Amino acid sequence: MLSRVAERIYWLGRYLERAENTARLLNVYSTLLLDLPRGAKIGWHTLVDITGSHAEFADKYQAPDERSVIRFLLSDTSNYSSILSSLSMARENARTTREIIPSEAWEQINNLYLFAKENASKGVARGPRHHLLNQIIAHCQQIAGLFAGTMSHNSGYNFIRIARSLERADMTTRIVDVGSVTLLPGLTQGVKSEQIEPFENMIWMAVLNSLSAYQMYRQHVLDRVNGEDVVTFLLQDRQFPRSVVHSLAKLESCLQALPNNGAALVEVARVQAMANDADIPLLLQQGLLAYIDALQIQIAEVHARITQTWFLPVVSGQQQSA
Amino acid sequence: MRIDWKTYDPGAFYDELIRSPGHARKSGRILARYLASLKNEELQQRKTAAELAIKAMGISFTVYSEAGNIDREWPFDIIPRIITETQWRSTSKGLEQRLRALNCFIHDVYNDQKILKDKVVPAELIAKSANFRNECVGMKPRFDVWAHICGTDLIRDTNGQFYVLEDNLRVPSGVSYMLENRKVTKRVFPELFENYNILPITEYTTQLFDMLAAISPRPLDYPEVVVLTPGIYNSAYFEHSFLAQRMGAELVEGGDLVVEDDCVYMRTINGLSRVDVIYRRIDDMFLDPQVFHPDSVLGVPGLMRAWLKGNVALANAPGAGVADDKVIYTYVPAMIKYYLGEEPILENVPSYLCIDEKQCKYVLENLDKLVVKPANESGGYGMLMGPQASKKEREEFARRIKANPRNYMAQPLISLSTAPVLGERGAEPRHIDLRPFILQGRDIYVTPGGLTRVAMVKGSYVVNSSQGGGSKDTWIVTEEER
Repeated sequence: MLSRVAERIYWLGRYLERAENTARLLNVYSTLLLDLPRGAKIGWHTLVDITGSHAEFADKYQAPDERSVIRFLLSDTSNYSSILSSLSMARENARTTREIIPSEAWEQINNLYLFAKENASKGVARGPRHHLLNQIIAHCQQIAGLFAGTMSHNSGYNFIRIARSLERADMTTRIVDVGSVTLLPGLTQGVKSEQIEPFENMIWMAVLNSLSAYQMYRQHVLDRVNGEDVVTFLLQDRQFPRSVVHSLAKLESCLQALPNNGAALVEVARVQAMANDADIPLLLQQGLLAYIDALQIQIAEVHARITQTWFLPVVSGQQQSA
Repeated sequence: MRIDWKTYDPGAFYDELIRSPGHARKSGRILARYLASLKNEELQQRKTAAELAIKAMGISFTVYSEAGNIDREWPFDIIPRIITETQWRSTSKGLEQRLRALNCFIHDVYNDQKILKDKVVPAELIAKSANFRNECVGMKPRFDVWAHICGTDLIRDTNGQFYVLEDNLRVPSGVSYMLENRKVTKRVFPELFENYNILPITEYTTQLFDMLAAISPRPLDYPEVVVLTPGIYNSAYFEHSFLAQRMGAELVEGGDLVVEDDCVYMRTINGLSRVDVIYRRIDDMFLDPQVFHPDSVLGVPGLMRAWLKGNVALANAPGAGVADDKVIYTYVPAMIKYYLGEEPILENVPSYLCIDEKQCKYVLENLDKLVVKPANESGGYGMLMGPQASKKEREEFARRIKANPRNYMAQPLISLSTAPVLGERGAEPRHIDLRPFILQGRDIYVTPGGLTRVAMVKGSYVVNSSQGGGSKDTWIVTEEER
């Protein structure tokens, strides 16, 4: 497989996963914010924080109100991490690897992009939003299924899965981060004391929901929803497909099948150690922020090593945003 | 409202479906009757279905001038064009004959130059040809074949006879659209396939791969065949990717290839991997910056060296364009007699060479009746359509011809045949041409039919997709034996 093609197919995988994750996130927050007590300082800006695009948002919009944030993350093509941008980049990467991916998958990706382009701006209004986001999620799932069911499980497929796992691990750390930041004392100030506990409960449920993890969590953790268990589950559970540890294990097994994988595997082992060895009760006391930052930097290292090993020295014409 | 063939009038032109108002040709009767049986809304629905299928299948081509939206959906008319197998058989033989002679010519020009020494073709023409490559002199590609893939443009005059308009021997495109057009028609008009015996065309990509594998310089069971594209911004990128996908070949860009020890390798996730055959879709001048345009980033430094050493096959071979020249074109009938000792089966459109003093005088005096073409342009660029041109344009062309007579030839405005195209209010005649594709390696293969291109504007002769032309599915139909 050509290095250039490997790189494009890798980005195809990342953008598809990113679009799906962002759609889940918007869906959950749109529901959650209806339930929050007045005065709670959590708001739409949280979504901008999760995607790490604070500066880009501030450049273009005056205030982080619902319409602006949703537009920014859903249909604003000047935002590289909006759903529409991700799908457009996914399509562009698919279009330029059509000789490798099954034509059914290309047709679906093309359709998804055309659908999103046509409808994304409608999702700014609350009414049709839920249905729209669900359709995007279902479509992404369908494409993932097409890859699994119609593409040989070769290097190309491996790069898609590697990209997906990496993007997932990264997104999960971001969502966990936001959950913990939201509950810092400063932010709960406006909430009346008798509301604190249900509020906390609600936030952690939203965190679980945005990763479609609530049901699996309940089956696995018998205690009521609480921060320590949620963070442990999302970081360390071996069986839940969107947990950091599970994503990394998938990533590792896909890397095993590739040539010259030594350096990349070393970097993966480092993130795995960080995720597995974390003392979560202690981290929650001290604040997760520094830990999550370190974890994300290490995930970026894995990406850098993958690029170095398999994609370089081909200079790719297109700019992709990690 | 339905299509009423009685009001359909192709005028003086040869219409491929309707002989005269109200009367379909024998081969097209079932089609004409079927189309007339559908209500206009139904026809428009089929048309919309075809447009949707094309959009969903991502069949596109790229237009240079439109920034932002770089790929555009392929323009397609849903009414198929019918040619009978009897008519096609001799045309197909003629195409084979023509490519054989052209390859003999190219090989001769780069080696013994017998045809020039025998003064059948003036040596001066070659000396002044923009597509003659000195670097290729003495090269002997496998099977002595240089133009492996040829797209020949055919037109039909008022009697329905086929003429050759030009041979495209450099990087002819369109074959993917020919294949996709059939697929779309199958989706849109599946019921028509029950009543016709249509020669299938799907074999092309297998034939292409076999031909490419056969010219591999290494005797291997599985030679590494790649398609070399200038990249996603090229107008034919869809086709490059399509052909690579159908052949299971890698689609490479210049940056993916590297020459080491005079062999070509591609950069893969496993490291460097040897390449045997390159189906190149970039022009000669961009192939190798060490030999041609030094600032080209599309090509591969050292590629020509590897080819000349015989370590990699290039299809088409560099320099093959020497015969893809509108002046050389006029000598093809002579080539057929010279190399093959046969009479040409297919005729050329009558042509005037500006390099000949007498003919040039005629051309200059009759610019308002002629179509003047430069020797080395393709895609319909740089032409003068005499009858439609302004006086100023004609004067400008006269100046150009006098300055460089070698570079121009002229043809009378030959009337193109028409076929019905579905418009908003029913069927209307539009001019069409035909581009069959011919492959030559060890053997020779001609596509049954080819890509029919349509001038979508009423009265227009311009069929190039780069200038707003459309296309049709083309059926070679076997008549029922009774």
